[in-house]
Amino acid sequence: MSEAILDEVLPPAASWSRLCRRGTALTLVDLEGGANVAALLYRADDPLERYCMPDTLKAQHVSRLTAGVALHSDMGRALASIVEDTCGWHDTITGHATAAIVAERWGAASYQEHRNDWRRSARDGLLVELAKHGLGRRDLLGNANFFTKIAVGEDGELAFVADHSPPAARVTLRFELDTIVVLSSVPHPLDPAPDWSPGPVRLVMGEMPPAGAEDPVRTACPENERAFAATEATLR
Amino acid sequence: MRLGIDVPAGDGWIGELAAGETLRIVDLHGNQAVDTLFFDAHDLANRYSAVDTLREQRSAYLTLGSRLLALDGQPLVTITADTCGRHDTLGGACSQESNVVRYGEHTRHMHACRNTFLTQALRWGRGLEKRDLSHNVNFFMNVPLTPDGGLEFADGISAPGKYVELRADRDTLVLISNCPQLNNPCNGYDPTPVRLLVGAAA
Repeated sequence: MSEAILDEVLPPAASWSRLCRRGTALTLVDLEGGANVAALLYRADDPLERYCMPDTLKAQHVSRLTAGVALHSDMGRALASIVEDTCGWHDTITGHATAAIVAERWGAASYQEHRNDWRRSARDGLLVELAKHGLGRRDLLGNANFFTKIAVGEDGELAFVADHSPPAARVTLRFELDTIVVLSSVPHPLDPAPDWSPGPVRLVMGEMPPAGAEDPVRTACPENERAFAATEATLR
Repeated sequence: MRLGIDVPAGDGWIGELAAGETLRIVDLHGNQAVDTLFFDAHDLANRYSAVDTLREQRSAYLTLGSRLLALDGQPLVTITADTCGRHDTLGGACSQESNVVRYGEHTRHMHACRNTFLTQALRWGRGLEKRDLSHNVNFFMNVPLTPDGGLEFADGISAPGKYVELRADRDTLVLISNCPQLNNPCNGYDPTPVRLLVGAAA
């Protein structure tokens, strides 16, 4: 990536949103290891079109996200591509923590008492960021959980994998369309850590050319070829 | 029985279950995917959440005893009988656009579940529209995940006469598309009718 357009730290258990334009990429760095970043994506021109977990999974025959996977919209287009990933597995089938889950797992901690170390939930943070873009509960769908691995057993049993993301783990999203990105760094609800231990995440955004004809995400499967073609058709 | 209807392939149904009522869905001819969404009847934005449901039950498939949770973390319906054994909620519903991605441009104008969802939602009125279409359940559909992070569309494990029964844990709006998909094995390449039976509260 070229010189950074943005380089900042998303603090532990915080939320964030931004318009990320086609021609840029956003790298998330798990600074201390063990972070979780819940993420939702919407097409900026028409936020009714959004990241669609089932369409992403079935088009590429995957049940997790990693380098080479495109994030498909519910309208058959590639919204973003994962072009770098040192972690190997990012969950997208187990959602995020609500205030009730945070209170049950780790105990509630109010702003009145704890000031900015209070325990916010991913749900509340995501909804506040969505509201800044005119979106709300009806737009809340299955999110990605960067840096989190939920292992799938032979019979479908789901289990959180501890110590999956080491310090400095990185994942980079390249945007294929202008995209509203909404993030929360609240821990994953299945994180077994007994103590509340959200991690900080560095966000670095820079310019990156869109997928070329031989791009490995585009050419990963015929389904991606067609999704990228649909993305490009909207630009003309 | 308060209601008993057969829904042809490619058609849909929308209706409310009062708390305690049951809905039995019968796969009359076998291997028929029934794409289904659930909403809190008194707060439509509080709808079925596939990801919350799977996480809380620690399993990637729905089966007997699965509690289908709304965004608020509380159940909308519970699976109280199931002669099929496994149902998908990660494969989503087919749409014209997803058909093009998966099968090519020639499938763009084939009938698709999300068109049925929208047809039924518009007929229902009361403000249900595209943004209310979240990740659905696919009753009788078999979409196994693999431990190495893969996902497959496998042959159905359902058979003629298999059924699943749901009990409404609160007043719940149900939106169904009886899947018209012709391009993969989810309907055995031959979509067929299903029977819906709504029973009174016990």
